[in-house]
Amino acid sequence: MTQNLKPQDREDPEKKLDLTKLKPYGDSMNDGKVQVSFTLPVKISLKAIEAAKYLAVKMGLRDPLVAHSQDLDNGFSFFIIYGELKHNIDYTNINVSAIDLEIMSLKEINNFIKKKFKRKLIVIGASTGTDAHTVGIDAIMNIKGYAGHYGLEGYEMIKAYNLGAQVSNEEFVKKAIEENADILLVSQTVTEKNIHVQNLTHLVDLLEAENIREGIILICGGARISNNLAKELGFDAGFGSGTSPEMVATFFVKEMDRRLNS
Amino acid sequence: MIEKKKGDINQRSKLDLDQKKIESARKLANKIALKTQNVIEQYTTTSIERSVCRLLGIDGVDNYNVPLPNLVVDQVQRANKLEKGVALFIGNAMLSEQDSPQRIAGSISRGEIDITSLNFNDIDSIKRILINKSKERLNLIEKKSSQRQELLKKYGEKSGPYIYVIVATGNIYEDITQAKAAARQGADIIAVIRSTAQSLLDYVPYGATTEGFGGTFATQENFRLMRNALDEVSEELGRYIRLTNYCSGLCMPEIATMGALERLDVMLNDALYGILFRDINMKRTLIDQYFSRMINAYAGVIINTGEDNYLTTADAYENAHTVLASQFINEQFAFLTGLKEEQMGLGHAYEMDPSIENGFLYELAQAQMSREIFPKAPLKYMPPTKFKTGNIFKAHIQDALFNMITIITDQKIHLLGMLTEAIHTPFLSDRALSIENAKYIFRNLKNLGDEISFKKNGIIQKRAKEVLDKAYKLLEEVYSLGLFDTIERGIFAGISRNINGGKGIEGVIKKDVSYYNPFIDLMQKKLFRGDK
Ligand code: B12
Repeated sequence: MTQNLKPQDREDPEKKLDLTKLKPYGDSMNDGKVQVSFTLPVKISLKAIEAAKYLAVKMGLRDPLVAHSQDLDNGFSFFIIYGELKHNIDYTNINVSAIDLEIMSLKEINNFIKKKFKRKLIVIGASTGTDAHTVGIDAIMNIKGYAGHYGLEGYEMIKAYNLGAQVSNEEFVKKAIEENADILLVSQTVTEKNIHVQNLTHLVDLLEAENIREGIILICGGARISNNLAKELGFDAGFGSGTSPEMVATFFVKEMDRRLNS
Repeated sequence: MIEKKKGDINQRSKLDLDQKKIESARKLANKIALKTQNVIEQYTTTSIERSVCRLLGIDGVDNYNVPLPNLVVDQVQRANKLEKGVALFIGNAMLSEQDSPQRIAGSISRGEIDITSLNFNDIDSIKRILINKSKERLNLIEKKSSQRQELLKKYGEKSGPYIYVIVATGNIYEDITQAKAAARQGADIIAVIRSTAQSLLDYVPYGATTEGFGGTFATQENFRLMRNALDEVSEELGRYIRLTNYCSGLCMPEIATMGALERLDVMLNDALYGILFRDINMKRTLIDQYFSRMINAYAGVIINTGEDNYLTTADAYENAHTVLASQFINEQFAFLTGLKEEQMGLGHAYEMDPSIENGFLYELAQAQMSREIFPKAPLKYMPPTKFKTGNIFKAHIQDALFNMITIITDQKIHLLGMLTEAIHTPFLSDRALSIENAKYIFRNLKNLGDEISFKKNGIIQKRAKEVLDKAYKLLEEVYSLGLFDTIERGIFAGISRNINGGKGIEGVIKKDVSYYNPFIDLMQKKLFRGDK
């Protein structure tokens, strides 16, 4: 509501958006307003509320307001806190390794494969380890696909094998060798206690032991998977929530082209 | 406060459902179950035989942590004699060695005895000694069951929905802290979720455990620890807190046995879940299901079935009828094992895409329909899960709508939705907020269901009719195909499984004419006494 601001406020540099000093926004620029909630393993009391407040200060909140506190059990209390974050961030200096490709359509992808590789690409996918979640990998691979986008099985120039869930890494690698796979797709949904990290790393180790890691484009995905994490673990890319089959396919055809022609 | 008269809303059909159609659907489901049952009864499995060991009192592990029941059954299987059932060999050894099943199993584990190569005693004396031992052991289970009855009498049974929450820290001691807190916040049922890896283990881990992924291992010791903790908190609150765990997987009857011995109150028990969501061989798990449900029935345990899960892989609007058809079939399978309607927590779920217009009305129609078709069953109603996202604020509202349907349509086992469903297994505070949400809605809308009726031929009535009609057609199809073929064709949950594929098929054994399992007769005698 700029018209209600006093003229001097409008000039105030503190009230202007400065991308080198980005802060949260509550209802006015740079007010830094945030909300946090957490549980403390102590009985609710004035002292507990004070402790919650001190924690908020340590998190970098100015003037924290314990808007709500309640007891959860004899030894646990819950807090909802509002406050002004004193920190800011230089937005102009942030790099993410997002997969920044112009996404091609199914038809374009098929044509690209025909033109560049002159054969069908072999893609094998599975939800590996003890993970029983298939909906994610099915969304990418099965004809039915995801939100109206056909999955890879529906691509003329892709031979797709979806091995389903709870496939051991050993089995997965065996199949990759048997079918001479170009691309491997791994889905991981359960991330509790970092079980996915163990499992994904194990797969990379196996592929390296078999000496086939280099020749394969290795991709993982799942709600809690990021491209950064995937790369850290030795994958070529990682895809998170909302991924469509076209996104993945665009990535791997481009990557394959890059590898062959450079 | 006006007490809701139990069963009142079920007196007449609010949905104007075709009662004849319901009756014929039941008949069809019965025929489907019987047809499958014929196959089931010709087989035993390694897990059934291991539960016979457990029922006879064999427990514990060897130096390599292999459970003794596995060692005993392995010995008989290696001699290619499992087709007779493990009981005969144990009974024979009891006579020859003048020793207990547990001590004989100990000798097997130390390689001191091969129970398949002992001289055979007279069969009648073997059966006699087995029957005596079995009766003594079944008495233990009955004692647990009457203990539950006594506690329920002492504290009184709760009217209205049971608030069901999960704990899943991986560490049984941490689970206990969380479970007690949840009970104090208002939960009526605590389910300890199992570790991701467990359902595919072909043995049951042993002892108290402190490490698991997305859940805690189901072991008899963990059951005992949690039951004790819940008994303490029940006493403190003057309210009986029920305990739930999961049979489904490769060890259905063994876990049912452990649950019976440690007074679990509710157990997930559904072969179809194992087939579709864990790729367990269909024969193996349907055979296992039969014996494990019988044990549940005997122990007074409420079973929960897993139809709700279909809707996580198939569309909830399009496939609502597969849930109903499966409930009909599950009901008949349950009857065959001696379970009573009051023990059948048939599953269904609130899982439609939130962007569907009038979605709440369709969900209401379906929940009311389940209620009317299975009036005595303590229906298990699952919250929204699939369409939950990291937007916890929206998720809390999705749960609120779900809570409303439960109270309006009188669902019984109400699995509480969590605002953080898409993120992690619940924190202490997630559970507290969700319980608060449910209690608020249950209190505020308590008698709404008694006050409303549905418009004749309105959206709600029409939806229920449509689902019933489609379920009936599906049952006809299942009947003509048979259950095994139906599953092969991917009709449930859109997932297809091969009759000879999947895990655990090597544990399926055709029974010999001499096959003997003392518990089947003894339990059946009691379960079917007096009734139909
Ligand atoms: C459906 C579901 C189930 C179903 C799964 C059915 C099936 N056949 O898949 C059932 C009921 C069987 C189930 C079981 C369990 N589940 Co579950 N489940 C869910 C639920 C509700 C939805 C997941 C889903 O299908 N999302 C929809 C799909 C389309 O999304 P997606 O997987 O993210 O996929 C997209 C992207 O991530 C990406 N993607 C995914 N994979 C890949 C792969 C590649 C290569 C690429 C490129 C992209 C990609 O593309 C997809 C499309 O955009 C979530 C909660 C939630 N709302 O998220 C819990 C959830 C995932 N489950 C959970 C748990 C713990 C379990 C269990 C372990 C519980 C237990 N102890 O028994 C068991 C699993 C046992 C096991 N061995 O794994 C937890 C995981 C917690 C965590 N962070 O670890 C969640 C978050 C629920 C919770 N809060 O506890 N579950």
